[in-house]
Amino acid sequence: MTEPSILVGGTGHLLGPAPHTVEHLAAYRSRGGNRTGPTPDELLDLVEEAELLGRGGAAFPLALKLRSVRERPGPRVVVANGAEGEPGSVKDRHLMRARPYLVLDGLRRACEVIGADRGYLYVADPVAAERLRAALAVAPPPVPIVVVEAVSTYVAGEESAAVRFLDGGPALPTAKPPRVFERGVGGAPTLVANVETLAHLALLAAGRSAAGDLLVTVAGAGQPPLLAEVPLGTPLRELFSRPRAVSGALVGGMFGGLLDEKVLDLPLIPQAYAAAGGALGCGAIWLLGPEDCPVTVAADAVGYLAAESARQCGICVSGTRGLADALTALATGADPGAGAERLANLARWSAGLPGRGACGLLDAAARVAGSLLRLHGALAEQHTERPCPACLAHPPAAGARLLVPPTEPYFPQGAP
Amino acid sequence: MKLQLDPTACQAYGLCHEEAPNLVDLDEWGYAQPRATEVPPGEQATAEAAVRICPNAALRLAQR
Repeated sequence: MTEPSILVGGTGHLLGPAPHTVEHLAAYRSRGGNRTGPTPDELLDLVEEAELLGRGGAAFPLALKLRSVRERPGPRVVVANGAEGEPGSVKDRHLMRARPYLVLDGLRRACEVIGADRGYLYVADPVAAERLRAALAVAPPPVPIVVVEAVSTYVAGEESAAVRFLDGGPALPTAKPPRVFERGVGGAPTLVANVETLAHLALLAAGRSAAGDLLVTVAGAGQPPLLAEVPLGTPLRELFSRPRAVSGALVGGMFGGLLDEKVLDLPLIPQAYAAAGGALGCGAIWLLGPEDCPVTVAADAVGYLAAESARQCGICVSGTRGLADALTALATGADPGAGAERLANLARWSAGLPGRGACGLLDAAARVAGSLLRLHGALAEQHTERPCPACLAHPPAAGARLLVPPTEPYFPQGAP
Repeated sequence: MKLQLDPTACQAYGLCHEEAPNLVDLDEWGYAQPRATEVPPGEQATAEAAVRICPNAALRLAQR
């Protein structure tokens, strides 16, 4: 696979002027970084005014999240979440690899805003972890910050899984309540914030707000993947220099389900994706090209999720397996006599399973299946009647087609 | 008060449903699904019995 190409739009403050290189401390400082800046109270007001939403996937208002931890008795903890478990997303990895000082600055600011006495960088990518450690050695922050290498699984980035791992346990989600802002690392109220979100915080403090921008990773449709900084509200179509034949997309990584070909004109904002029945999530979008049948893509996504189930919740094991088996059988045309029952099961499960697991993985699988039936019901039904040439030519393979590099070597190279 | 399930703990024993069929359903795999509604005052004792009987302590009665 090809490395992602990079498109810098909007303010360009997130990716910076030289996204293909590793930013050094002097360069980061020359761009307004690591300055004294606003007081913690002033910065919180700036976050509020900017209406900054979290970029990890849930689009939760950052100001609200900061306040909910800040108003609890200390000690408090900040976790910069760089686990980036969505296999179609590279934006967090890129930020940490290319702009480690920006991410560190954001984490330090978050510690100051909520009055945390320590911070963690929770990172699955070993290259990013090394860069961040090197940056910490060059510019030690005023509060103790450590880099902790996470495991590369889908659920490791879920906030309760991150907390559990930092407390010495397995990187698996826990049942809610309590939420991590109530009881997080070592029992302390904890802010778990995505690394892009924290980069936004640092940019706000530097007077170079990019709150109107977001990072997206766009792949699929036989094209090299693209990492882009774009103004919120940009339609996908404007990211491509040449028109692309796109029949739909899997959105929000694997979390937002399928959307139809109108996705190209949908504004890249969480509200628009939600209104279309999907979710923008972490901004990872996998486009379906003419050779991709949505049934196989759904089977692939749900197969991936079933394999990534933490296997803690019985309902998730049974539910994701049921969904994946039914979708795979539809795609491969196995046992056509059971087709009607399979479709009925998929409809019942996609309605009944959301909300029943300890984390969102089961919801994601149900959403993919539900969106397939909603958008492509007739097509799914045809799969029970005769074999689908597109599915047979590219059968489901547990999500292999949905994975986006980076693999090593990957830009940018060098020490911070 | 509502019955709350820890989905990581539910092992589909089904004893809660036997104890409180009006408060807990079982799905097609046997996992518990507490009804989302408030436990009626008259069924408080039944709900408590369902909580107690779970071998894996997956249910609890909580305010939220």
